[in-house]
Amino acid sequence: MSITSQTRGRLRRYRWLALAATAALLLAACGGGGSDNAADDCEPGETDGDLAFYNWADYMDEELLLAFEEETGISIDYTVYESNEQMLSQVESEAAIYDLVVPSDYMVALMIEEELLLPLNYDALPNVANLDDAWDNPPFDPEHQYHVAYQWGTTGIGMTYDALDAIGGESSWAVIFDADTAAQVPGGISMLDDAPEAVSAALKYLGYSITETIESGNEDAIREAGALLKATNDRLVKYDSVTYGDDLVNGEVDVAHGWSGGFAQAFFETDAYETHVYTIPVEGGVRWVDTMAIPHNADNVCSAHAMIDFLLDAENGAALTNYTYYGSPNEAATPYILDEILEDPGIYPPPDVYERLELIPQMGDLGLIVQDMLTEAKS
Amino acid sequence: MPWLRRVKPEAAQQTAARPDEPAPAAAPQTPAELDTQRRARRTGTLIATPGALYLLIFFMVPLGLITVYSFATRTSTGRTSLSGWNLDSYERIADDVILGIIARSAWLAFLTTVLCLIVAYPFAYYLATRPPRLRARLLVLVMIPFWTNGLVRVFAIRFLLGSNGPASALSEAMGFGTFRILFTPTAVVLGMVYGFLTFMVLPLYVALERMDWRLVEAARDLYASGAKAFWRVTVPLTRSGIVAGCVLVFVPSFGSYVVPEILGGAKTLLIGSYVARQFQAARNWPLGASLSVLIIVAMLVAVAVNQRNSANAERTGAGAP
Repeated sequence: MSITSQTRGRLRRYRWLALAATAALLLAACGGGGSDNAADDCEPGETDGDLAFYNWADYMDEELLLAFEEETGISIDYTVYESNEQMLSQVESEAAIYDLVVPSDYMVALMIEEELLLPLNYDALPNVANLDDAWDNPPFDPEHQYHVAYQWGTTGIGMTYDALDAIGGESSWAVIFDADTAAQVPGGISMLDDAPEAVSAALKYLGYSITETIESGNEDAIREAGALLKATNDRLVKYDSVTYGDDLVNGEVDVAHGWSGGFAQAFFETDAYETHVYTIPVEGGVRWVDTMAIPHNADNVCSAHAMIDFLLDAENGAALTNYTYYGSPNEAATPYILDEILEDPGIYPPPDVYERLELIPQMGDLGLIVQDMLTEAKS
Repeated sequence: MPWLRRVKPEAAQQTAARPDEPAPAAAPQTPAELDTQRRARRTGTLIATPGALYLLIFFMVPLGLITVYSFATRTSTGRTSLSGWNLDSYERIADDVILGIIARSAWLAFLTTVLCLIVAYPFAYYLATRPPRLRARLLVLVMIPFWTNGLVRVFAIRFLLGSNGPASALSEAMGFGTFRILFTPTAVVLGMVYGFLTFMVLPLYVALERMDWRLVEAARDLYASGAKAFWRVTVPLTRSGIVAGCVLVFVPSFGSYVVPEILGGAKTLLIGSYVARQFQAARNWPLGASLSVLIIVAMLVAVAVNQRNSANAERTGAGAP
């Protein structure tokens, strides 16, 4: 008994030695290689250590994580965030080191500008071929070097069919921003507690293009949108970016500004499809895409590539969408996605509706003014 | 915690108030005695070290960092550049919007404090006048809610006040119709009163329990009415508890973040949420930091003034019987 424990103690000591030696070798290899980009040497499916995966809350089917762990033999340290900015501050401050993060479109642009992302090695990502061509070279990463699309969705209005009928059967931002139209809705109204989204919605109602307004630095238009938000504040029951779907099906509100998948999840869980609907207003709305990207200081770059490639697999990509109810950028996954999702115009809008959607660009200095607009609206 | 500290000087006074007893310190001390004293002092320093280190690392250093950040510059991507030191973010606080947020937060915190005092004083009075055994049990009951996660309790209140909740059902049954109280400042104040009530009850209880009830009896003997004895004797004698309770309630409710976010529906912006917003969505750390510094300084000044006043009051007050 004492012998075994002694042996075990010695073995453990040797294991530490072995680990230390490996670490030293690795360090030497990195130092000597002189390669600027650790990703260059990754083979498809190759892993180089446990994966620190930082993703949005409620945005991943755990079965997929387990399958990946089984397939590769590494374990995943999975943590979640609730906003792009939260993720950004973690990556920026190096408070924790992540191998894989999921920034949204505008955040990709900002992180590239701040040199916080590592260029991807497409040789290690054969499944990129599965992506729909529509996702090639988007404005936030024109050379498509730093990101691969993860899921996409839209921002619009979820409401009861009663509310939709009350305003004449056609969804419009007027149900929030026009006092007379809003008065026809019996219940309450909520908006996203998110300044870029709130200002974008107001811009759309006022007839501005979001992209043009931001890119031309049209501060007057943004202030006009801010004044509209302020005039709307008293009409709202609340601002909410988390429970808007549940509040809608619970009857706390009858009209809610929110994200497509959030509504789909709430409707599906409570069987509310008969009474509730997610709509994109006739004036148009916002579309966005969340992407997979590797922070500049990632430890296990090959593992991160392996995970990206794993999620780009047709069946895995479909499993993700079947869980999140957000659109998949993965064209090859289409046959495996549930029909109820593919046929839901709230998730996959028809082409004429899709045309009315815009990406919110990186705002730069206008960002603070946009934030101020929501603050002033709430004062 | 001022109300805890308040206990100590008096305890010290009590020991000091026995000068007639043969005081060992007055006698010439043997070297052995001196050595024991010195060792005790050294042990005292030693056992205080972990606490002091903890405060230094987790309180003083972050506070220093926040102060430094408050003079920094925000870049256009929202990064904080530790250069080009300036007072811009302090100047921005004078903005009407921010002053409005501060005023509203102070008003709601004031309401919360007053309501807490009105609710807690009779309750603490009742507690303090029970027999000791019952008192101990009742005190445990007061503490029980604190064994539950605060966030869970706030969400429970949200359910209670919701338009589908029991409170609304009751008002409907009584013919008042559904009431919309959730996501209003009223709900915020209700939630904060509930959340901080214990901070008011405990110092009041301590003050009332320590009070010399013979003074009230004396007042009644001298023909003071019950109300008069209460206002002229009980209230002044428990002043330290009242002040401590008010400080303990006002300070956290002024900067409260969770309750206004959840029960207020993020619709009326309060200072806690506004500061949090600067560190998150707006990525304007210098502004968030300068607001934090300003709040801390204001609170410190208020507490210091108040402690000096109560110290004066104690010195010039009725004094020892």
